[in-house]
Amino acid sequence: MLSLITDLTFLFFVVVTLGGAVMAVGLKNIFHNALSLALTLFGTAGIFIFLRSEFVALIQILIYAGAISIAIIFAIMLSPSLSLKPSKRSVTKILISLSVSLLVFVALSYIFIHTPWVVLPEMVGDNSVKHIGEVIIQRYAFAFELISVVLLVSILGSLVIAQKDKKTTIQDSPND
Amino acid sequence: MNELLFEGMNIAVTAVVVFGFVSINALVLVYAERKVSAHIQRRLGPMHVGPHGIFQTIADAIKLLGKEQIIPKNVNKFLFIQAPLLAFFPALLLFIVMPFGENLIIKDLNVGLLYLFSFASIEVIAIFMAGWASNNKYSLLGAMRSVAQVIAYEVPLLLSALSVVFMVGSLKMTELVAYQDQFWVVLMQPIAFIIFMISGLAETNRAPFDLPEAESELVAGFLTEYSGMRYALFFLAEYTNVFLLSCVTTALFLGGWQGPFVDGIHWFLLKVYFLVFVIIWIRWTFPRLRPDQLMNFCWKILTPIAILNLLITAVVLKL
Repeated sequence: MLSLITDLTFLFFVVVTLGGAVMAVGLKNIFHNALSLALTLFGTAGIFIFLRSEFVALIQILIYAGAISIAIIFAIMLSPSLSLKPSKRSVTKILISLSVSLLVFVALSYIFIHTPWVVLPEMVGDNSVKHIGEVIIQRYAFAFELISVVLLVSILGSLVIAQKDKKTTIQDSPND
Repeated sequence: MNELLFEGMNIAVTAVVVFGFVSINALVLVYAERKVSAHIQRRLGPMHVGPHGIFQTIADAIKLLGKEQIIPKNVNKFLFIQAPLLAFFPALLLFIVMPFGENLIIKDLNVGLLYLFSFASIEVIAIFMAGWASNNKYSLLGAMRSVAQVIAYEVPLLLSALSVVFMVGSLKMTELVAYQDQFWVVLMQPIAFIIFMISGLAETNRAPFDLPEAESELVAGFLTEYSGMRYALFFLAEYTNVFLLSCVTTALFLGGWQGPFVDGIHWFLLKVYFLVFVIIWIRWTFPRLRPDQLMNFCWKILTPIAILNLLITAVVLKL
């Protein structure tokens, strides 16, 4: 009985994740796409909970579902041409994205198959916060710093792009 | 099998208790808001239904329940109906980690504080859905403002909470409260407390940060097209969020369930409702900010101070 409930819940999260992903790609209305993406991210968070990693699941919700998908929706809203008419899909674009995602899929599957998976003993509680903190600062310090640089570059890049389109500079408000 | 049944019953009873509490709490808070606002403005407020009008909000709730469910013609029906539910649901989920007493907590997660912030961030999606699905420019503008505001103020909110986490060294709600058995954290972190309260007010879209529903310019923001029970659900969510904000502030800064004489839920609720009173007080005595002032205040004042505070906390802890 318990295992049935567990299986059904797991299945639910899998369906939410995959269904959301399919809708995120398939639906015509770009706002619906963005919401479906948020749904997928929630599903992934559920799967993380199944893996007994509450911390990663919550970070998934906080950052991806709560912030990234909102940022995407914001971008859609701020570009009127995107929010009004459903965009046409060009075949070349579909082909490019298909091949790229196929490549990622193959790479991930390769890693998945060739990794010697070790079955962990039953976990008691979630101590991943401390562990992740230590690992990020010590073992993966370089990757961590690299990601910060990438983020900085992307922020600066978006600022530059946003500035380029403007014909006139915005006047500061009088009481600034 | 028996154990499973017991667990199921447990969950069901908890859900009913939480839902009942949320409904009654909202009724009380609406009444309190009307009375406090009235007295601040030297009025009497509701007086006719029951002694001092205490049954007024119950009558209003019944009226809202009985109202026609209007769905305007050009709205996106699915999202329009889902949005109020999605706005209300996270508020219910937040009760799971709320430490009302030493043993009075539904589930004491190791990452309780993070849980609070992550589920609180979902509500933004609901507001966006409501604003977009309504197919109304005021709704959309209100939703955009609301989301911009909530995202911006989440930064100082998290940073100020983080300085407390630095001190305690845990994200577990009960440990955060238990840490304060000698002194309240607010004495050590007054700046974090003030930043947390201000950002929390902005997160709940309360005045003076109620631009998303500024009635003089945006009709009612993302609520414009809503009526009846769906409108009531948004209100229920708002008042529950005010209550939850006070709960988190109490747990983080004001010693939670701990107080003189006997520790327990009475101290917790006393502090919480005092904070709720302060929030209502602020709403009726401060003017609304302009959008640019709002953003400047967050990014140029609150966030740098919060970062500085965090830095000082870290340095002092390591000395």
